[in-house]
Amino acid sequence: MAPARAGALLDDVAASPAGSTGGRRGRRPRRSTPRSTLTRGSGLALGIATVWFSLLVLIPLAAIVATAGENGLGRYIDVLRNPQTWAAVQLTVGQALLVTLVNVVVGTVIAWVLVRDHFPGKAILDVVIDIPFALPTIVAGLVLLALYGPDSPLGVNWAFSEMAVTLALAFVTLPFVVRTVQPVLEELESDVEEAAASLGARPLTTFRRVILPSLVPAITAGAALSFARAISEYGSLVLLSGNLPFRTEVVSVRVLTFIENGNNASAAALASVMLFVALVVIVLLDIVQRRVSRRA
Amino acid sequence: MLETSTPVKWGLRAVAIGYVFFLVAWPVAMVVRATFAGGLGNLTDALGDERIVGALQLTVMVAFWAVVINLVFGVTMSLLLVRYEFPGKRVLSALVDLPMSVSPVVVGLALLLVYNGRDGWFGPTAEAAGLQVIFDSPGMIMATCFVALPLVIREVVPVLREVGDDQEQAARSLGASGPQTFWRITLPSIKWAVVYGVVLSLARSLGEFGAVKIVSGNITGQTQTATLLVEAKYQNFQQESAYAISFLLIAVSVACLVVVAFLRPRSDER
Repeated sequence: MAPARAGALLDDVAASPAGSTGGRRGRRPRRSTPRSTLTRGSGLALGIATVWFSLLVLIPLAAIVATAGENGLGRYIDVLRNPQTWAAVQLTVGQALLVTLVNVVVGTVIAWVLVRDHFPGKAILDVVIDIPFALPTIVAGLVLLALYGPDSPLGVNWAFSEMAVTLALAFVTLPFVVRTVQPVLEELESDVEEAAASLGARPLTTFRRVILPSLVPAITAGAALSFARAISEYGSLVLLSGNLPFRTEVVSVRVLTFIENGNNASAAALASVMLFVALVVIVLLDIVQRRVSRRA
Repeated sequence: MLETSTPVKWGLRAVAIGYVFFLVAWPVAMVVRATFAGGLGNLTDALGDERIVGALQLTVMVAFWAVVINLVFGVTMSLLLVRYEFPGKRVLSALVDLPMSVSPVVVGLALLLVYNGRDGWFGPTAEAAGLQVIFDSPGMIMATCFVALPLVIREVVPVLREVGDDQEQAARSLGASGPQTFWRITLPSIKWAVVYGVVLSLARSLGEFGAVKIVSGNITGQTQTATLLVEAKYQNFQQESAYAISFLLIAVSVACLVVVAFLRPRSDER
């Protein structure tokens, strides 16, 4: 698709010899100006911004891939064959999938309640949803420990167990699905629902056949964000999960242990594996979303 | 509008409120209550502790510079991505979002590999020039910048697209210079988006933990930020101080959220 689009752009340029100014008066002013419209000042600004962005983000991330790949694939195989690391990978991916699933269901329900329901205190619920975004992750771990740790008033002690990992990941990923679904639900036209209802569709059928298909892209986008966040989580787990090898140790903690032992190459290999897993899941969800929306 | 029957409505409401209450509201309330369990003692003790005050000052300093850098970079980048055409624009606009999906631990590792003074790509050169990045504040500011980078851009870009460039072109055609157009026309129209982005960046910057832990070396009394100190205090069984610092961090982040909640409707009305 990308080469085709680039080809179309080139055709555009060829068709309008006046270049950018000619395209400006067209119906799609921004799309049809493929050539640079930078002035000297904005060109300089772009240069400085790109240099800073490269120094801060691009070169360091490239360094991870370069360091991990120094010895070819051997490093990756060595790292993943370590049973402790493999257990961490399994735990992290499993828990991230579980939490993402919970978020898809509960997040959609919360978004629904926030948009379609009215009750006193709804505004407070709306603000509380965002707390996990704004709260420092280490504090997130601490607050969960206060309610679900050894001194729990609920009489449970989930600290240092797998349940603690689930809790921490559910806490930090709570807003993603809610905040992607909510605006879509707000924009949804109600006449289709009314038409379905007046033609005798039951509420559940209307929801499944009319509302859900238009929410699927937003739900998938939220799920992708929440999965990516869950497999990379670190701060909220430090105090809560105890980082017990083979039981509650997640990948980020393994990466940190490698760094602390001065084994940067193994850390880089494991980090790039997780970046790759996140990428695969995001692409998979994108494909699922396209399938579903094509069928609808 | 889809009508749900009363039991379904109450069921959904109970699930939503119950989940948020048990996962977020109650745990946060527990820590706030624990902080004030003995009156104001915990807080005043904490604010009298030199180490805690030092960590808070360091956190504010790092967050301040990270927000300033991200503000300048974010507004510049947004203007370039919306108002100008140049080769590679689409790639750049995708890459700018990248820091959101990178683990803080990986951010720390990435900066460590490039800027550490021993065998980093640029580290030895920078150190020879007298600039220590890793285990010092420049590295901590960079790590914080990295994790909060897309927040301003994400807020400003949609608003810039929406307001269009008619007014700017009018100003230009009436003879306004570039800076004049920016300060008098562009900036007032994106003002609230910028404020919103800054508040979000501030909350994120004050709370950064993983990335800063790696690049700072977590040196007690020197490069220990408030979040790192929470971990240290809790693990040393000084829970009162850990709760007190956490309370301060919770207060700031909730304040940020409330500010944003107040700004949102006003910016929509405009």
